Amino acid sequence: MRPIGYARATAVSQAVKAVSGDRDSTYLAGGTTQVDLLRQGVFGHATLIDINALPLTGIDRTDDGGTRIGALARMSDVAADPAVRDHLPLVAESLELSASAQLRHMASIGGNLLQRVRCGYYRDGASPCNKRAPGSGCAALTGVNRNHAVLGVSDRCIAVHPSDLAVALTALDARVLTATTTGERAHHIDDFFLEPGDTPEREHPLEHGELITAVEIPDTPTARNSRYLKLRDRQSYEFALVSVAATLRVEHGLVTGVRLALGGVATKPWRARQAEGMLLGGTADAQTYAVAARAEMAAARPTPANAFKVELAQRAIVRALTSLTPAGGAA
Amino acid sequence: MSAVIGQPLPRIDGRPKTTGAARYSADIPLPGLTYAVLAGSRIAAGRITRVNAAPALAATGVIAVLTHENLPRIAAQPPVLPSLLGGPSPGETFFPMQDATIHYGGQHVALVVADTYERALHAAGLVEFTYEEEPAVTVIDQIRDRTEVPDSLFGGFVPGHSSRGDVEAALDRAEVRVDATYHLAANHQNPLETSATTAHWEGGRLFLHDATQGPNATQHTVAALLGVPHADIRVISHYVGGSFGAKASIWHHSTLAAMAARHVGRPVRLALTREQMFTSCGHREEQEHSVSLGADRQGRLTALRHHKLSPTSQHDDWAETSLEVGAQLYACDAYEGVYRLGRAHTMTPTFMRCPGEASGLFALESTLDQLAGELGLDPLELRLRNHADTDPVTEKPWSSKGLKECYRRGAELIGWHRRAAGPVADGDWLVGLGMASAAYPAAGPVNPQRARVRVYADGSAVAQAAASEFGTGVGTAMAQVAAEALGLPVERVRFEAGDTDLPNLASAVGSTGAGMISAAVHRAAVALRDQLIAQAVADPGSPLHGADPGRVGLSGGRMVLRDRRDTGESYAELLLRAHQPDAEATRSWAPPQGEPTHAMMTFGAHFAEVAVDRDLGLVRVRRLVGAFAPGRVLNARTAKSQLMGGMLWGMGQALLEQSVMDRRAGRWANPSLGDYLVPVNADAPQVDVELVEVTDDVVNPLGVKGVGEIGQAGTAAAIAAAVHHATGRRVRNLPIVVEDLL
Repeated sequence: MRPIGYARATAVSQAVKAVSGDRDSTYLAGGTTQVDLLRQGVFGHATLIDINALPLTGIDRTDDGGTRIGALARMSDVAADPAVRDHLPLVAESLELSASAQLRHMASIGGNLLQRVRCGYYRDGASPCNKRAPGSGCAALTGVNRNHAVLGVSDRCIAVHPSDLAVALTALDARVLTATTTGERAHHIDDFFLEPGDTPEREHPLEHGELITAVEIPDTPTARNSRYLKLRDRQSYEFALVSVAATLRVEHGLVTGVRLALGGVATKPWRARQAEGMLLGGTADAQTYAVAARAEMAAARPTPANAFKVELAQRAIVRALTSLTPAGGAA
Repeated sequence: MSAVIGQPLPRIDGRPKTTGAARYSADIPLPGLTYAVLAGSRIAAGRITRVNAAPALAATGVIAVLTHENLPRIAAQPPVLPSLLGGPSPGETFFPMQDATIHYGGQHVALVVADTYERALHAAGLVEFTYEEEPAVTVIDQIRDRTEVPDSLFGGFVPGHSSRGDVEAALDRAEVRVDATYHLAANHQNPLETSATTAHWEGGRLFLHDATQGPNATQHTVAALLGVPHADIRVISHYVGGSFGAKASIWHHSTLAAMAARHVGRPVRLALTREQMFTSCGHREEQEHSVSLGADRQGRLTALRHHKLSPTSQHDDWAETSLEVGAQLYACDAYEGVYRLGRAHTMTPTFMRCPGEASGLFALESTLDQLAGELGLDPLELRLRNHADTDPVTEKPWSSKGLKECYRRGAELIGWHRRAAGPVADGDWLVGLGMASAAYPAAGPVNPQRARVRVYADGSAVAQAAASEFGTGVGTAMAQVAAEALGLPVERVRFEAGDTDLPNLASAVGSTGAGMISAAVHRAAVALRDQLIAQAVADPGSPLHGADPGRVGLSGGRMVLRDRRDTGESYAELLLRAHQPDAEATRSWAPPQGEPTHAMMTFGAHFAEVAVDRDLGLVRVRRLVGAFAPGRVLNARTAKSQLMGGMLWGMGQALLEQSVMDRRAGRWANPSLGDYLVPVNADAPQVDVELVEVTDDVVNPLGVKGVGEIGQAGTAAAIAAAVHHATGRRVRNLPIVVEDLL
């Protein structure tokens, strides 16, 4: 058996110091996919620093009306939080539509953001995979890729970012707060997830040992009218074929506020800024939504097996926005 | 009188299973236990040119590494035969690690034994193989131009070609004709418990704790492969965590565990990983069905042609028997059924729940639904017009049928009359109705089935037979069978099973278990009852002394005079007086030999109400209704559970399940429960199971036709028909997925 060292950290600084000083170590939080990947030889860490005892589980209002979620808060706790449910329904929905109840009780918010792709070629520990073994090639490009990405793809990697929560946070301009040996940092969510490009092994800008301590969501009044729509073959315990995180404000039949992000279709949680730009100030009706959705998906580069996602994503955007449009909204 | 049989008693194994007290084959603690883990081939075709076991042997805790270079040769390879025959029943006529040839991806190439499971698992990944790889052929598109119609398949029991009348002429003459081709994805059984065997040798005798549908099948197969006397092998299998055909044949790992235990001289536990379950115990093969139906304007079938194309292994002619029930289901004078097989780099597919009927009826019943549309007939009316009053193949009477009543009751429950008005819109959803016939052979064993029943002097009783409890509820149902024959309260009767030291049985496969085991238990219990009554009337100390045994009956747990129920005594009183600790009887039920007098089949009908999101293509089954006529029901609760499970399996087949082949590598691309989708609770609609009573005096002594698979036969066709009713789209592939309906 490959021996793995294990230690429990009791302070953030202690944990950051331990992992930063050892290239072969990493953090252990919920461990819900990490342990699988260690067993399958996808991860080769020699030491795990258990951070579950760190005081990073709070869900608090910030001074400027935003929401701060500790990195070790469990998915189920965040989903059940009354303030989150009230102010940020799309966040609660994205969590409740993720994984299974058992996994949500274990998995942490920080770990959710860092969860690895579900591409079978990455996870089998053996197939060519530029993400797992840089330079080895991408078996998914011409392989079994119905579930793979159509946006943000490169000829090195087409794996979908699997997190539901990250899609909701992307729509909300969240910030990822971290601790390093030299101090604290904040990453805007748009900059936190990287497209694969030529370096699919690099999924985020964190330095080795940099620890996510919290996620901050700015005050977003429109988020009270928000939705996370997740489409999948099975009605529970499955990753999205397509998902849409949307907030919408309609005044006098016009869109005066909108946030739109897509999951299941892209290599990173996909903020649909082009569609947002077209929607803002336009009439709040299905036809307008469809035009914007088509424009957003125009850049898609599908494979024969996942070409349906391009159409499905457009219809899902229309459905999500329509369901948030007040009755007679365009009147 | 049927006081106990049929009662919906809760499962006696419910508590041990839900509390974790039940011990499965990989839970058996043994002193000195070691752990074996298999390694599978990374290629699907070619040969191993070099093995380097050194890194694995050097790993901590490793005791042995077995490959084709050092694994002993098997004594003999028994042919592939269904385990219902009761003899050796390997999954394929191939045994791994006998030479360097690779026939399929994941084929076992090494077995590593270590002192812990984790160490064995790690070391199994350290055995290095160098391969000479050849192009792999794994999917239908690659075999299309090199297929053959075998003389026979399914162990020689099913002809590759069968016909009656002149089907081509009848199709040419048909007033209405429908031709359709269907593609069905490969499926894997995925029981919750992965296959496992714990093996140990003691004084030249081999003990196997094996997850199997038939302990005797394991015994006979391992004995033949190892050349060990059958008498020296004892197989124990008290709990099996589901099988669905994965454990119907005896696959390589059971024998490999025994070989490993002999090699290391210690007990060995070998449990397959979930991924290995996709390449170690068969599957439902990918298949293509072409159905042509001819009919007159009134909807009477005049021609039925059903051809199937599927890949089989390098070593066996095997396809699941998809055509047989369709040949018998409707009155039609001209029929042709043809199996075309192409060799591929796959293991022999063998069995998965409802093996053949679930696929064949999808194709046939979907085509009938289309024919009904062409004729402007109600699909149910089309079935009624073609009802087979006798078996169209043998022209014999049915032992029992009940199909028309199943149609009637199912239609009433689902509200079938609503269908004629067309689909209903419900918000974004289009809601449609569909139906299909269900049929499954009521086959039986060919050899005698045995059981023993014993009553103790305290009035408790055991019934015994080497049956496997793989989730069917057999332990509960057989206690009911014995209790009823003995006239004892069911709480006083226990069913002991899962051990080849007990009276022997064929494997419980093909929905035969309840019928054949109940036959043996019933016979033994009746014999013991008669024996004790005979003893009582001969005993001067008995209140029944001198009575005519024919006038002694059972009441309130006592033997009593039928016309004077206050005169009698209990078994306990009789035995205690005689200083007898117990009394027992062993009996066999020998299935009738020779030409059968009747055709035997179980019938039913499926009705589905399905919603399809008009924009998003999502399919949601809102309601399933199944009406079935499975003969005598031993326990209404467990029977309905099996039927409901079968229907949900059919829903999984219809909408979710597919094993996806990466044809470049010749490997399954989704071998996990995260990626191979089976329905979860959130998918489950309202399911109504209706039992239609039919009496069957032919099939076996209690008239039990079985409930294991009929629930799945036809479900997918009913769902596909409802999708068509809702959307106008005829989806001809399974599973039906979003992209089919966008």
